[in-house]
Amino acid sequence: MNEPAPNTRYIARKRRTQEDKRFVTGRGVFVQDIERPGMLHVAVLPCPYPRAHINNIDVSAALALPGVHAVLDGAELASATNPLYGGLKTPGVKWRPLAFELSRYAGEWVAAVAADSRAIAEDAMELIQVDYTPTDPVIDPEEAYRSGSPQVHPEHGSNVLYDGEFTWGPVNDDFAAADHSLSFRARWHRSSTVPIETFGAVAEWDEGKGILDVWASIQMPNYADQIAAAMGIPLNAVRVHQDVDVGGSYGVKRGIKHTVLIAYLARKLDRPIRLIEDRLDNMGGGDAHGPDRIFDTQVAYNSDGAITSLKIRALDDAGAYPGRGPFQLGKPIAAIVGPYTINSVHYEAISVTTNKTGQVPVRGFGQAPTNYMLERAVDKVAAALGMDRIEIRRRNFIQPDQFPYEQPSGTKYDSGNYPAVLDKVLALADFEALLARRDDIRSKGRLAGIGVATCLEPGGGNNMFEYLMNPSAEITTFMEGAEARIDAEGCITGVMATTTSGQGHETLVATILGEALEREPDDIRVIHADTLTAMPTRSPVASRMAIMLGGAISGAADKLKAQIMAIAAHNLEQPLDQLEYSGGDVSVRNDPSRNLTWNEICTIAHKQFHRLPDGASPGLQAQHVWQVPLGGQLPDADGKVQLYPCFSFQAHIPLVEIDPGTGKVTILDYFIAHDCGTVINPDIVRGMIMGGIAHGIGAALYEKFQYTPDGQFLSATFADYLMPSTFEVPLVKDTEHCTPSPLTSHGQKGSGEGGYLGGPAAVASAVNDALSVRGLEIDQLPMRMSIIEELLNGTP
Amino acid sequence: MKPRNISLTVNGTERFAEAEPRVTLLDYLRYHLGVTGAHMGCEHGVCGACSVLLGGEPVRACLMFAVQAAGKSVTTVEGLAGSDGEPSPLQEAFRDAHGLQCGYCTPGMLIAAEALLAENPDPDETEIREAIGGNICRCTGYVQIIEAIQLAATNLRKAAQ
Amino acid sequence: MKPAPFDYVAAASADDAVRLLAEHGDEALILAGGQSLVPMMNMRLARPTVLIDINDCDEMKFMRFEGSDGFAIGAGTRQKDILNSAEAKAAVPLLLKALAFVGHQQTRNRGTLGGSIAHGDPSAEMPLAAVTLDAAVTLRSSRAERQIAASEFYSGPMSTERRADECLMAVSFPHTPGAGTGFHEVSERHGDFAIVSAAAEISLDGGKCTAAAIGIGGAHPYPVKARKAEAILIGEVPTDALVEAAAEAATDGIEAMDDVHATAAYRMRVARVLAARAIADAIAGAKS
Repeated sequence: MNEPAPNTRYIARKRRTQEDKRFVTGRGVFVQDIERPGMLHVAVLPCPYPRAHINNIDVSAALALPGVHAVLDGAELASATNPLYGGLKTPGVKWRPLAFELSRYAGEWVAAVAADSRAIAEDAMELIQVDYTPTDPVIDPEEAYRSGSPQVHPEHGSNVLYDGEFTWGPVNDDFAAADHSLSFRARWHRSSTVPIETFGAVAEWDEGKGILDVWASIQMPNYADQIAAAMGIPLNAVRVHQDVDVGGSYGVKRGIKHTVLIAYLARKLDRPIRLIEDRLDNMGGGDAHGPDRIFDTQVAYNSDGAITSLKIRALDDAGAYPGRGPFQLGKPIAAIVGPYTINSVHYEAISVTTNKTGQVPVRGFGQAPTNYMLERAVDKVAAALGMDRIEIRRRNFIQPDQFPYEQPSGTKYDSGNYPAVLDKVLALADFEALLARRDDIRSKGRLAGIGVATCLEPGGGNNMFEYLMNPSAEITTFMEGAEARIDAEGCITGVMATTTSGQGHETLVATILGEALEREPDDIRVIHADTLTAMPTRSPVASRMAIMLGGAISGAADKLKAQIMAIAAHNLEQPLDQLEYSGGDVSVRNDPSRNLTWNEICTIAHKQFHRLPDGASPGLQAQHVWQVPLGGQLPDADGKVQLYPCFSFQAHIPLVEIDPGTGKVTILDYFIAHDCGTVINPDIVRGMIMGGIAHGIGAALYEKFQYTPDGQFLSATFADYLMPSTFEVPLVKDTEHCTPSPLTSHGQKGSGEGGYLGGPAAVASAVNDALSVRGLEIDQLPMRMSIIEELLNGTP
Repeated sequence: MKPRNISLTVNGTERFAEAEPRVTLLDYLRYHLGVTGAHMGCEHGVCGACSVLLGGEPVRACLMFAVQAAGKSVTTVEGLAGSDGEPSPLQEAFRDAHGLQCGYCTPGMLIAAEALLAENPDPDETEIREAIGGNICRCTGYVQIIEAIQLAATNLRKAAQ
Repeated sequence: MKPAPFDYVAAASADDAVRLLAEHGDEALILAGGQSLVPMMNMRLARPTVLIDINDCDEMKFMRFEGSDGFAIGAGTRQKDILNSAEAKAAVPLLLKALAFVGHQQTRNRGTLGGSIAHGDPSAEMPLAAVTLDAAVTLRSSRAERQIAASEFYSGPMSTERRADECLMAVSFPHTPGAGTGFHEVSERHGDFAIVSAAAEISLDGGKCTAAAIGIGGAHPYPVKARKAEAILIGEVPTDALVEAAAEAATDGIEAMDDVHATAAYRMRVARVLAARAIADAIAGAKS
């Protein structure tokens, strides 16, 4: 870190993360640690076929097993609950927790057992007899796009969930006028961010109050809403306990079907019900796979390196139950040209269903695959022109004096200085020395390459991509709320409205509150309200919490400060501009002996009504709910609209080596410079960068959910789906730059997705640089050993 | 198949519970004894979230049956604190270096680090990687974990001088 | 993933273990380190109704020279203890090179030599070392004790010549003073089972190869002793061309498999690449 020392007390200073204390002492409370009296345990039965009619389910033997309380099948559940929420307007696509009449992927759950223990539930599961008639599945997404392929949802009439085109700017003119064009296909295979904690939930129906209590490892907006809608109960009959510690999510902890299943059982059996995915449940049947995308891209460019226009066709395989998955084609519109002054874009987005596990939003919500494709485009233009990859990026960067910069799709980028960040990473990497190191390795007969990736991380959230893809969803509100209270003894409590999965939100809130009130953040307690007591929220998605929760708590803090000052002004009989606030005490300017201490003010507020100013409420508490900056409008006639408000930026430079005999890639070194505006907690932000890069390395080199051509799932365990261990992730060296956002409380932008949005692109750039000496290139991820070796040594 | 009485020492205290032979040491600790620090991540011995010390050695609790640990001594993350109940220097180092985020893999990492530092007070980067090589983290990218262990080693060496 | 119900017995001795095996036949399995067996039980791929735990059978935990040219390791010996043994390193250096690739510290703390040999994963390192050196595997039942050559012990993935009532007791490795060794494997990540692996032990005298043991793992349904490759080297001066020829021949008779990690073609090509590296290392390390 080489920024000048901040002029703040707490913000931007190295401070410990408050949450860490409970986790290092083993006192985190995760959903698997929740015990409710009389709780029963659920196991689920997967279908072995990729597509099959369910003729009959015989549960008699399972029910007869001692310790079994219920065996639930899709028919019973379908008769009592509504289908789960789907983001697109596709009423014929019905997603249910248990397959009903037709099972749509190998691993889909067809029955559930509730028993005294998980072990007994699994014993019972083996006794369930299902009569299936398997039918031909559709597995390949391009085949699914063609008519005549087996339909995943016959009621929908095709396998196409969405097929839309957008034209922003004079694309055809730009292509006609350009000196050159090239086209390529880039393939981002199916992977996901796979947390170490699987999804789990506990549901309990309180018949006395008519409340469904839910504890879950959850990270999503509108969880309670979707539960209520499926169960056919009022939204305020659902109480989600949001103080459950979540063992990582990165987008995917959305277990709606799990929750509806156990909610139904909880009500039917009048017992608390627990469903914790085991790893097999999770990998194949959890509906938590990520984007699975084919990009066909054309690039128009001039001989001087300027890239002028793009035509992008993105076909994404959403699996059998898409949920909000397809919107991962829409969000990247926010940064569809990356950090470059590309003039126009034609974008066709297609989402199809196949007989595979359902897709869920994954870290970045589609931006990581899109950035991968964009960076491949830039590298290919550089290669075609014989131009240096760094040079071409400089040539095309949006310049610092161009902000706010409106890109062709209508989104304005708030601030940035891309050349400065690039300079910083090049300096950090000692780029000339890195080049020499690469060339030295090459001289010894191994392959080596340096990667360059310069990518954006949109932050803050904004739902307009949903409207662009489904105009019946006129949802322009994308808000966050928070509360802050100072109690009678002067203790401060912050209340956030949603869950946390490792991002340090409690520390974020305490730090901002502490900064505003000039009180020690470590003494500030931050709690998570449940959904009945919480302010409106859109949850920790979209790299938005530093921006939106930061703004909400900052707004609440300002209101509290105003209440404090009003009490002080009234009691010290001074106008506000004659008062000084310092560390929670208020004194008269130029006469500090006339003052009120923090504790005196709290006592007045809570106990001495006779000393309150007219109109003041007893106590010291404030709420603040605010709308995402620049949000709230619908698109204009040209389909242009502001998507996310804030844009963080990163430049990645990895050095890789490839063993030409085995195809194995080793990342020797990795450098990154990142700019997320004001950094509220340096260690938390750094952690997001590093962790994002590790996710990116996984997606780039190792991780793929594999299916056979006939639909069998091959990646059900951690022996098949390989995630980076410490050996696969180098000690990344990082530095930062700060272009504050003009739109946020302290200039902060988002950082929760960061390294993941540029990592895959960077590693791909490095591997391609290494392969370029053999005249080879690779445009698919993951770039596994066997694929690289086949390229190098296989029969042409 | 019938449940049997199993007793073992957990974090210095003798504990008893009844469990079938098929109950793993992990499930026994978590559900029969209520010691929930060790976590379930895969139940096939890859992720390391279940790691505990068995007689001082790190092992995967999901790959042992509780009955195998009868009469033996198990240490979980809850047992790493000092005799005053305060977080140990290793635990404090993880806080100082922010060697965690969601906290789910953290108990396993601490167990691995504890065993490493007990045997090797001055580990280099490779030795640290070897120690945590069987523990998967999806949050941190391992960088701050390695820094935390290096910090712990430094602090412990200073305290010993 | 909870195992199917079973009865558990802790064997007090090797004889106790084989008596229990005789009593329960096909229904029983031996539990050693559990690092391979318990995942299968958790996934209900293995469903013994009786589990015979040999972890307390101290007589099965040993490492000792047998005469001047053999080194025997008890089946219950922990992988970690073999790795930490200077004696084992001097006696069977190839085995220790293989062990460096086996799993992680936590798995090596519990995993045993016998467990890995008996489990017979085609990608596992210890079976490859045993097959390469043609170690002798000792099996005991309540009826008799017998030895079988490691090169004949495996017949398919997780498929061995061990009868249901036999318990693996020990593995005797040849000790070849002055030989050089090489062990190479490739896996996606550090510590994973090998996608393909190659092991070599070579003795030289006056520049000529007097003994060669070469093996390939991960390519065929079980580890294979590359006898054709060995024959190419034995009695000859190992020139680069000869080493290349031997490496080419190392996959003779191997029918590689496609799977989620790699194609058969990859395995065949890379087996030859790794064989060349292992042989080169062994030659470099051999005392002339």
